[in-house]
Amino acid sequence: MLERIGVGSVADLYSDVPDEFRYKGEYDLPSAMSEQEVRDHIEALGRKNVQLKVFVGQGAYDHYVPSVIPYITSRSEFLTSYTPYQSEISQGTLRYIFEWQSMVCRLTGMDVSNACMYDGPTAAAEALRMCVASTRKRNKVVMSTRLLPHVQQVVRTYMKYPGIELVAVDDVLAELGPDVAGVLVPSVGKHGGIQDLTGFADKIHEAGALMAVYCDLSTLAVLRTPAEWGADIAVGDGQSLGLPLNYGGPYVGFMACLKDHMRKLPGRIVGQTVDKDGKRCFVLTLQAREQHIRREKATSNICSNESLMALWCTVYLSLMGPEGLRKVNELSSAGAHYLHDRLMATGKFEDFMATRTYLNEFCLKPLCDVAKLQKALLDGGYFAALQLEDGTVTFCVTEKHGKAEIDGLVKIVEEL
Amino acid sequence: MKYYDKLIFELSHPGRSGFSLPNCFEGAGADTQQTRATLGTVRGGTVSCANGGAERSEAVCGCLIPQHLKRESVLDLPEVSEVDVVRHYTNLSQMNFGVDTGFYPLGSCTMKYNPKINEEMAAHPLFTGLHPLQPAETVKGAQEVIDDLDHALAAITGFKHFTFLPCAGAHGELTGLMLIREYHMARGDSARTKVIVPDSAHGTNPASAAVCGLEIVVVKSRPDGLIDVEDLKPLLGPDVAGIMMTNPNTLGLFEKDIKEIAKLVHGCGGLLYYDGANMNALLGAVRPGDMGFDVLHLNLHKTFSTPHGGGGPGSGPVGVAESLLPYLGIPKVSGFHGNFGVMMRAYAYILMLGRENVKNAGPYAVLAANYIKESLKDAYKLPIPTVCKHEFVYDGLINDGGHDDVPGATTLDIAKRLLDYGFHAPTIYFPLLFHQALMVEPTETESKETLDAFIDVMHKIAEEAAKDPEILHGAPHDTPISRPDETTAARNPIVKA
Amino acid sequence: MSKIIEGLLYSESHEWVKVDGDIAIIGVTDFAQSEMGDITYVDLPAEGDEVEKDADFGALESVKASSELYSPVSGTVAAVNEALEDAPELINEDPYANWIIKVNISDTAELDTLLSAADYEKIAK
Repeated sequence: MLERIGVGSVADLYSDVPDEFRYKGEYDLPSAMSEQEVRDHIEALGRKNVQLKVFVGQGAYDHYVPSVIPYITSRSEFLTSYTPYQSEISQGTLRYIFEWQSMVCRLTGMDVSNACMYDGPTAAAEALRMCVASTRKRNKVVMSTRLLPHVQQVVRTYMKYPGIELVAVDDVLAELGPDVAGVLVPSVGKHGGIQDLTGFADKIHEAGALMAVYCDLSTLAVLRTPAEWGADIAVGDGQSLGLPLNYGGPYVGFMACLKDHMRKLPGRIVGQTVDKDGKRCFVLTLQAREQHIRREKATSNICSNESLMALWCTVYLSLMGPEGLRKVNELSSAGAHYLHDRLMATGKFEDFMATRTYLNEFCLKPLCDVAKLQKALLDGGYFAALQLEDGTVTFCVTEKHGKAEIDGLVKIVEEL
Repeated sequence: MKYYDKLIFELSHPGRSGFSLPNCFEGAGADTQQTRATLGTVRGGTVSCANGGAERSEAVCGCLIPQHLKRESVLDLPEVSEVDVVRHYTNLSQMNFGVDTGFYPLGSCTMKYNPKINEEMAAHPLFTGLHPLQPAETVKGAQEVIDDLDHALAAITGFKHFTFLPCAGAHGELTGLMLIREYHMARGDSARTKVIVPDSAHGTNPASAAVCGLEIVVVKSRPDGLIDVEDLKPLLGPDVAGIMMTNPNTLGLFEKDIKEIAKLVHGCGGLLYYDGANMNALLGAVRPGDMGFDVLHLNLHKTFSTPHGGGGPGSGPVGVAESLLPYLGIPKVSGFHGNFGVMMRAYAYILMLGRENVKNAGPYAVLAANYIKESLKDAYKLPIPTVCKHEFVYDGLINDGGHDDVPGATTLDIAKRLLDYGFHAPTIYFPLLFHQALMVEPTETESKETLDAFIDVMHKIAEEAAKDPEILHGAPHDTPISRPDETTAARNPIVKA
Repeated sequence: MSKIIEGLLYSESHEWVKVDGDIAIIGVTDFAQSEMGDITYVDLPAEGDEVEKDADFGALESVKASSELYSPVSGTVAAVNEALEDAPELINEDPYANWIIKVNISDTAELDTLLSAADYEKIAK
């Protein structure tokens, strides 16, 4: 090979690198390990983690993962392929993304979905950027402080640098004005309360702004959809569709909107067409929005996304169907309400949900020492009662946690 | 690969399902009934009870959502069995080409082999069940993975520390630019709103700069493909936040003048951003931190072998030099701790290679690229003949076969014809400096036999073009579909079923 | 060889202008459309929008390219060719018959800076 290239050694291939920049040291890395050693090493690290029964949500939900899913997503043809630029040999990826887009549209009621985003919080930030891009000469956005804390943090970051004015308030409608481009509200608040968005869309649209709703795809099987609330954009995280908690990622963000805003959507979009012989096929489309063509005028800088996780969720939704997804919500909700009532009966909390309707997540005002409560729960093998900024503690129940586990949690609280 | 024409919705059959859920509320009757009664009272008359006769858990949920908060429309998800699902997605997968299918010389994408042990470690049950908000003392193992990876990446790049929040390369670029802005703002230097980007840069560079609120100034390349230092000089001033460079650049060339560029940019008060998309070439050879760069991102899904997954998930950790360390924690660009599962794969990759082998990845990748480059220059135009790094660019065929009314074979034709021969296509029409750009990146995980097979096929395609370019215009012939009508797709978008 | 029509004014960014009283009728040249290939979408401004000479007012999109449209004159958008919303291919079919916007000219002196057909012919290749 060197002969063909016409050099004497591999080092000669770096002859264009000034000598002072050639790295002559030894990387400070461990010595090479065999597979067995890697396995043992990571197993040993894993044992330093504490395996807990998870009763906290806050954007990451411990739902059951059907065993079919990892089998499919680990198929090499899906796992080791690139972004489907060469559509003739990427119909597998293109089809599942098209299915994902269709399912996101069916769940949210929106007209168009993109191929996915990094996660829910970044999708929320991109939604507000899209509002600014879609409305002329408006540079202010409003977000509800009822959004999950991690969503608010990422939105703040994204708005800060391009100088988009961001107002975070509880009463978002009071902030409407001629300079407001968009309003972001949750479908379910950080305390777990299902939001009543009646009248929001009319007021926001009257003020010339767009309405974006942050929602959890799983719960849209039973909750009023963003489209039914009159929203222009729906965003959120797909994690609740059977993605493992995985210490926070990879998850998958989604983003969908009404047809009018289609050309302002960030990210990949897959469209249906036919090939030269008239066969139905799928391609990446509307690419003129994207960075590789539009460069600094692109709708976003997003390039790769979380395609494999979108496949994960698509398979999950296919397995669950409308009935399964409804049942997941019902079982989770039943568990949450049962836990809520049992915890209230311990006398160690003041009710926080009396005026709120909730599904699988709720908050309570602790009347006991929170540090002691949390420690007792951890010692008993439970992750629960995470404290929010306002002092309330949050709980979440999914269909994975049966009555016996819930009773175990309650018993720890009772004995406190 | 065979054509398969179903969408999952088309397999739907009312009443069929593929789920299996626990009935975890058996025996909770009295309490949940109590729950319902209590909440029903609280909510006054707004609750309805559509599912009175259904099982208890259903009744509870159905009743506790007041009508005006409930979904109205029918949820039209597919109703299919488990075997339907498995066969459908297995069939879909068989229309896909991955690194495990064959050679993937996609320039700038570093499609190296993805070792399987990494997948297994990423799916390790002692990690996958961890909630991102669990207390620190319960996630010590996961934190150690991140800390070890931080240390390894710092050793390899010559930077101090990394943030792992960015989920992709472009996300890392954005984060890095945010850090540069934090640095200037902290010094009261708020007028620095311009970022210099070479004309050969990845499209994400200017796009990331725009998302970060920076104005883009383009610096030209010289005919030899390197940044024109003379063109750069007049662009520098008190309004420059920094420059974004990838080195080697998108032509696969090492920016030899980096020392002078660094001196000039630093001299005007700007910082240097290193786009790590092309870092694979430098493994074992050069540390970006030693060349004067202040901040960089890496693509764990390129340089550190994590699979691309049809477009993601990736991970784009951002490393900083000492001067930017105080700002590293400021930009909160993703929800929790970044893509932990991807970090775990990269960690396992580094552990397996170890200090003895990581350093070989770059040189072997560079060897493979130069070998192909030299082997095909008799048939393909090589605009820049000097030694390349991990990738290089041809500018179409020397003899494209065009004559009279028959148009010659284009780069697109060559790319499509490669698919017939069982190879993925190179990156085409990028960088924009050449009209027929064909950008080839082989990576170190390909054997000489694979490289030779690719070279043979590329020669064969060149001969076909010279003889009859129509063969290429019609390609591909042997794939599940032929060329799609992209114009109709964009004019009349059908984006959902 | 692309078609250039005598009597129109041209910009270096390949727009043509037909002056009709206070109104500038604006489209793109045959050279521009042939460089773009099949046009898939025309991003149009709204009636009443202010446009500025040499600033972008919209864009043409094809499958693999996007090209900004630059206004040859300053003024207010008096009309947009809505037919292009559903049939962007009209620009490929006849770029001179299918105008894109009409602008109420605010400064007729700007017209003097535009190119004649003969001058434009020199750059359109």
